[in-house]
This record gives sequence, structure tokens and C-alpha cells, in this order.
Amino acid sequence: MAGAMEIRRGLRAGLPIALGYLPVAVTYGLLARQAGLSPLAATGMSVFVYAGASQFMAVKMLAAGLPVTQIILAAFILNFRHFLMSASLSRSLKPAPPRPALLAYGVTDETFVAGSLSLGEEGFTSASFLAMAVLAYLSWAAGSLAGALFGALIPASLASAMGVGLYAMFTALLVPSLKKNWRGAVVAGWSAALALGLWLAFPGFAEGWRIILATLAASACGLALPRRREDRG
Amino acid sequence: MIWLAILGMSLATYLPRLAPFLLGRRFALPQPVCRWLEFFPFAVLGALIVPGILTATPEPRWLGAATGLFAAGLSLLTRNVTLVVAASIGFAYLVQRLF
Repeated sequence: MAGAMEIRRGLRAGLPIALGYLPVAVTYGLLARQAGLSPLAATGMSVFVYAGASQFMAVKMLAAGLPVTQIILAAFILNFRHFLMSASLSRSLKPAPPRPALLAYGVTDETFVAGSLSLGEEGFTSASFLAMAVLAYLSWAAGSLAGALFGALIPASLASAMGVGLYAMFTALLVPSLKKNWRGAVVAGWSAALALGLWLAFPGFAEGWRIILATLAASACGLALPRRREDRG
Repeated sequence: MIWLAILGMSLATYLPRLAPFLLGRRFALPQPVCRWLEFFPFAVLGALIVPGILTATPEPRWLGAATGLFAAGLSLLTRNVTLVVAASIGFAYLVQRLF
């Protein structure tokens, strides 16, 4: 049975994600409406697809009148990086999750990162991960609905400032974990440099592939780093 | 039409997330692969922050990078992620107003 402590631990980790999702979801809802989706369809996509960047792209493609098959393929390509994340997560979630189908639905860039870094800590279990994921999911769905209905009321300056929210969250997760794991710090730096280089060299390159390539290559380089006995992993 | 797209996208994004959870129980991965997977969170973070943060806000152009530095500095002082997110949004909002 999941204890109240584990749930609370998960909710605390989920709060910054929910906060970061809200403005992005509102923006998505607004764009979906502008692209001609009904509030129901706009929210429905968030509820059933739940894949941030892919939804932005799908809305643009729908507005441009592109075929559905092409939209689905693009979503698959952009989101295939979550295959890597689930693979990594399914190994660190111990004890084995009782509801893998549910947990898998909760895997996003943000819950993966927050979850992976917290799973090493005391009291953060797969139940905590689930609680965190549910909070993030609700924020995404509710934000999409709010954006579809009232998005046009939000001042542009506030909306664009809120766009930094998720990056601030990634930074806040990364910085403290670097102090504990110097190899992780090196890998994160390599990956960032690689992603930046790919972006500068091939601006049209799909973001999903950029993240996949940088992740695979930088992590592989991490294997070459010397291991000391006192370090974990 | 739109609901067909939603259904298709739902499967296309969910199945890759689900597959490792189902397969992972059947296969034991070799040790080097496990160590490789352990680096993924760090690598993903690096590739998510850069270059994304550089283009997170439209104007001024240096604001994304400045907010990243602000968030990193604040993260050295506190481990409260929610606080860092809220403060960074506030920082970006103020700088946009001033410049």
C-alpha cells in the first residue's frame, strides 16, 4: 500500500511541473482554438494524447490542412524519445510498478527527469512517481481547457514570460544533482553542447531527434568516464 | 477527422512509452546498457535546456540565457524547485517590462 508520505513526496515533486505546464498548456489551448479546433477537441487532444510539443505541431499541421497520417507520423517521430526515457525509468522504479500501463502514460520529459533524480532519494517510490504524474497531467488538461476558453484574455507579456517556466524547472533539477554526481554533470554538459551544435548546424532538424541523438551520444561517452568506488553507479 | 488524428497520435505517442515497461520485465539487460541508461536523465536535461532556453522568450534576445543563469544561481541557494520556477517567471516578466 502506498503511504501518505510517499504520495506527499510525489505531489511536492509534481508542483513545479504543474506550475511549469500551466502557461504552456494555456498557450496550446489558445493556438488550438485559433487553428479552428473546438474547445472540446482542443482539450480532448491534451487528455488523450498528452504530448506537449507534438500537440503544438499537430495543431499547426491541422490548420495547414495536412493529411492525418502525416500528423500521426510526425507525432511518433517527435515523441519517440520517450521510449528511451521509459526504458531508463522502468529500471529505476523499484519495487516494480504495480500499474505499468498507468505509469507509462505519465512519462513526459519533465516527469522523467524529476522522477529519475528523485528516485534515488529516501521515500520516493513508484507511488510517489504516480502522484507526481497525476498532478502534472491534471495541470496540462486543465490548462488546455482554460486556454481554449479564456486564453485570449491573458496579456502577451505575461504569457511570454511564463514560457521560461519549464526551463527554470529543468535548471532547478539539474544544478543540485550535479553537486552529487560529477559524471552526470559532465554528461549533461556534453549533451547540451551537442544539442546546441546540432541546432546551429541543422536548424530544421526535428527537436525530438536532436534530443535522442544528444542523449544517446552523451550517455555513451559517460561510460568512458573513470569510476570510483565511492560513487554510485 | 480531428478525432481520428487524436486517436492515432494517442497510440503513436503512448506505445513507445509503454513498451519498455512491458518488455523490461522479460529481459535482463547487460550491465553496460544499465549504466548507459543511468546517464539518460542528465543527458536529457542538457539537451532539453540548451538550445530551448535561448528561444524561450521573444524579446530581448538575451533574456532566455539571462533567465537560465538566474535560475541556476537561485538553484544553488535553494532546493525548492517550485520557488525557482515562480521566481524565474517573475524575473523574465520584470526584465521584459524594463527593456
